[in-house]
Amino acid sequence: MSTPHRRPFRFHIIVFLAPATIVYTLFMIWPLADTLRLSFFDANSDGVRSFVGTENYETLFGDERWSSQFWNAFVNNFILFAIHMVVQNPIGILLAALLSMPALRLRNTYRTLLFMPTLLSVVIIGFVWQLILSPIWGVSSSILDAIGLGSLFAPWLGLESSALITLSLISVWQYVGIPMLLIYAALLAIPDELIDAAHVDGTSGWNIFWKIKLPLILPTIGVISILTFVGNFNAFDLIYAVKGALAGPNFSTDILGTFLYRTFFGQQLQLGDRYMGATVATMMFLIILTGVCLYLFVIQRRIQRYEL
Amino acid sequence: MNKARRSLPTLFAAHGILLAYTVLSVFPVVLIIINSFKSRRAIFGDPMGLPIGEGVFDLVGYQTVLQNADFFGYFANSLIVTLGALLFVLVAGSMAAFALAEYRFRMNTLMALYLALGIMIPIRLGTIGILELVVNLGLINTLWALILVYTAQGLPLTIFILSEFMRTVSKELKDAARVDGLSEYRIYFQLALPLVRPAIATVAVFTMIPIWNDLWFPLILAPGEETKTITLGAQQFIGQFETNWNAILAALTLAIVPVLVLYAIFSRQLVRGITSGAVKG
Repeated sequence: MSTPHRRPFRFHIIVFLAPATIVYTLFMIWPLADTLRLSFFDANSDGVRSFVGTENYETLFGDERWSSQFWNAFVNNFILFAIHMVVQNPIGILLAALLSMPALRLRNTYRTLLFMPTLLSVVIIGFVWQLILSPIWGVSSSILDAIGLGSLFAPWLGLESSALITLSLISVWQYVGIPMLLIYAALLAIPDELIDAAHVDGTSGWNIFWKIKLPLILPTIGVISILTFVGNFNAFDLIYAVKGALAGPNFSTDILGTFLYRTFFGQQLQLGDRYMGATVATMMFLIILTGVCLYLFVIQRRIQRYEL
Repeated sequence: MNKARRSLPTLFAAHGILLAYTVLSVFPVVLIIINSFKSRRAIFGDPMGLPIGEGVFDLVGYQTVLQNADFFGYFANSLIVTLGALLFVLVAGSMAAFALAEYRFRMNTLMALYLALGIMIPIRLGTIGILELVVNLGLINTLWALILVYTAQGLPLTIFILSEFMRTVSKELKDAARVDGLSEYRIYFQLALPLVRPAIATVAVFTMIPIWNDLWFPLILAPGEETKTITLGAQQFIGQFETNWNAILAALTLAIVPVLVLYAIFSRQLVRGITSGAVKG
């Protein structure tokens, strides 16, 4: 150290950082690391733990009973994510674009009401829609009747072919407020001069949106996409509340979160297995990590940013 | 002038779409709430009607709920867990954010990165390790387990956002305070903290919502009757009373209404918080 006067040790920095670092390390980083570690262990019938290398992974991917469940959950999870990307985010953009129209009245009222479902618990939302879509109550079939589409009604949540799509749309319905508000904020940040200049140049409103505003909000859309990805591959509550841990009918709504829960805690016919649970959790960790890295190192770098 | 006239039909269409989507957002929740005040016959006979009149208005659902489940207890648990975790997140988070924003020290960047890891990696993936830890600490089936886990969950984003705001606190102000002999702790508490108050309000809302609504950790760490949160309590109650529509609707309403009341009070701050930084100067 060649600095002429060394600063005294600044004890207060440690005091400021310690509480957060300790709680965060103890309850987040340590358990996460421990979970990854446990995926390389197994216990015998006496509960004695031993290192088994990649045996759990070989079971997960090699044993038909496990691998079919894992891939089923993975594909369903991907469908859940894809539906969010193609339905939730475009609706969010549309609503944000409408809300940011300069002459719009009642803007705050719309914004407040549109965001309301996002605040409620997923569990509650799941039950609410379960009741509304229930053929016993008949609310949705009578609404469809009223607009002449009564023949389309089916017990969507109960059918193997439509349960997952229906649950995805319920989740879209609930969370559309998040992309809406984030994009709304991004649209407001675009300077008026830019839009005025385009108007002067005779650019149409439609072109202004596609050629000027959309490129400017692309970074926000990127952030929303990765938030959607992490949220969806970590989802559990909605499926568990509406369909239970067995994610019926016939596992057609099973996603990685419910698969992890079943593996860890067991179900009617199968005992819980914390080591296989740790293995499933590690796979989820790797999937999410892959998505996040893809976003950070590929997508985010390709998106062109404009200085405003 | 010309521009305004041309955009009138567009504006009309915008209102049409927004209104339709608003109805779609609000209708399901309103339907549940009004039917929770009806008799069983009225729920099925006239789901869309208001709960007014003889034979229609009925509080039997609420009676069933309150006799069979301790909803006020669940509510209190949720409140303790949410406010407890919130307090810890804000105190510990703002202190760490202040240190990261204020001082240059070796490891600063590394520390900031370490604390930001949790923004993208969901804490749920460590559940198996968390359960083991909570059992070892003897905290299973206590509200402390939830408070500590949610504190860890809320910290990364809080530190990230608050340290951005802490950087905007004027350096002259802080140096003047140092010349006056104020300790670093008082600079944090009396100078920096009050200046970032709006950001703290935003962070508070973001921290609270997922905690209040979570099902996963209450289900795994504190499923006992004494420690159930309202989300878990409502979920299990509805599972038990699957065919009692009055009770289900009442339980749902009891879980929804407190959140709506809070939203009605704080919606301005919340929405402004999310769109903050986007206000045109």
